[in-house]
Amino acid sequence: MTPRRLLLAAPALLLLPPAARASQEEMEAAMRAFTGGVTPRPGRVSMEISPLVENGNTVPLSVLVDSPMSETDRVRAIAVFNQRNPQPHVITMRFGPRAGRAVLATHIRLATSQTLLAVAAMADGSYWSDSAQVVVTLAACVEG
Amino acid sequence: MRFLLALLPLCLPAAAAERRSGFDDMAPQTQAMQRDDSANPGMLWVLEGEALWARGCASCHGDAALSMRGVAARYPAWDAATGAPIDLAGRIAQHQGAPRLARESQGLLALTAFVAHQSRGLPINPPEDARLAPARARGAALYTQRRGQLDLSCAQCHDDHAGRRLAGSTIPQAHPTGYPLYRLEWQGLGSLQRRLRGCMTGVRAEPFAYGAAEYVEIELFLARRAAGMALETPAVRP
Amino acid sequence: MARVLLNIPARAYPGDILVIRTLIQHVMETGYRPDADGVVAPRDILRRFTCTYDGEVVMEADFSPAIAANPYLTFTLTATRTGTITLRWQGDNGFDQTETRELVVV
Repeated sequence: MTPRRLLLAAPALLLLPPAARASQEEMEAAMRAFTGGVTPRPGRVSMEISPLVENGNTVPLSVLVDSPMSETDRVRAIAVFNQRNPQPHVITMRFGPRAGRAVLATHIRLATSQTLLAVAAMADGSYWSDSAQVVVTLAACVEG
Repeated sequence: MRFLLALLPLCLPAAAAERRSGFDDMAPQTQAMQRDDSANPGMLWVLEGEALWARGCASCHGDAALSMRGVAARYPAWDAATGAPIDLAGRIAQHQGAPRLARESQGLLALTAFVAHQSRGLPINPPEDARLAPARARGAALYTQRRGQLDLSCAQCHDDHAGRRLAGSTIPQAHPTGYPLYRLEWQGLGSLQRRLRGCMTGVRAEPFAYGAAEYVEIELFLARRAAGMALETPAVRP
Repeated sequence: MARVLLNIPARAYPGDILVIRTLIQHVMETGYRPDADGVVAPRDILRRFTCTYDGEVVMEADFSPAIAANPYLTFTLTATRTGTITLRWQGDNGFDQTETRELVVV
């Protein structure tokens, strides 16, 4: 990076959000509050998010859980957590009997590069999860 | 005429055959967001503009799908009333029937987005109006003029270094194909003038005020540069 | 009233799984963002989204500030009989907006 380019990027560096950030521990605590202390098993959940994000303000995210959604074998809820936003919780979605599939798609915010965790709560009391690593690149021309 | 011919090289970028919209350089998920009207947040402003149109504009202009098709592709245009060029938002804001709408207000952005949306997919088609030539020439000069503490011109980034990377972003070729557009950085809809102001503060220059003649001059130059490229309003950009 | 963009099928067969796509105009101010003067803007977010179909809850969602401005949400429901699909967004500062769509099941 030439000095001039560094100078152009400087406002972006200054604009980084303040140090208020969640941590791995906070993310896990939020996750355990959702599961009632149970550690979810990896599997059945697939979270889709781009590994490289060009702007953290609006990041497409989708979660799909492998479930027949029958009366007995169904997903009660999906929750998504993050490691490095100011708060570890992103979204929780609870499904009634008329939900078609255990799926959600939304746009989320990512303050910086971090790990995301999606957890599904099943009707049988089991919990399943998927995680993803996302790199948020630093934009040059931010508006101060 | 000789003056106009002298301008011609400025109007045709070196790689005219390889002109790229900012769309082409975005991440696939941002492209998908723009393509999908159910996920493109800019469509919320188009919807808002549609409601404003029904209240204030339709009584004279009728069905926008018919009356406004192709209109945005021809702006900036000559405004006989003021004897100066005017951009689309300026034209809408000066209308008799419309409520007083300030530059960059949500209402004006919404109406501009709705009108421009009627031209989505149509080629940018700057009018062949000799009265616009002096302003366009001033726009070309502004585009190549170094400014700000960083002493950079538009051309140095957007012609000389287009396609290269500045931090995590690809430097676009500066073709205004999708305005007003939803910028993820803004978390909202904004005009080309807002974008130009962002560039100016980026190089530490004092930006012109909203609605300044200089912006319309640059817009005229950029529209000629992007002539023939398809309008995308409401575009999404990072 | 916030502008809402909905993509919901109007007709379906019994047993069809319908994709419901929603977009609503809202700043989703996080409560962490300082303005130009360094003053942090107070939080103003949507906190709860509920979808009911024929009076029964299809799903409900809790949002944190990590949901992007102009919240986008897609989910599915199983069509059973003709009825009303109700979508409700609730949030800070008394935000409460409801949209309804009729679904015809043939």
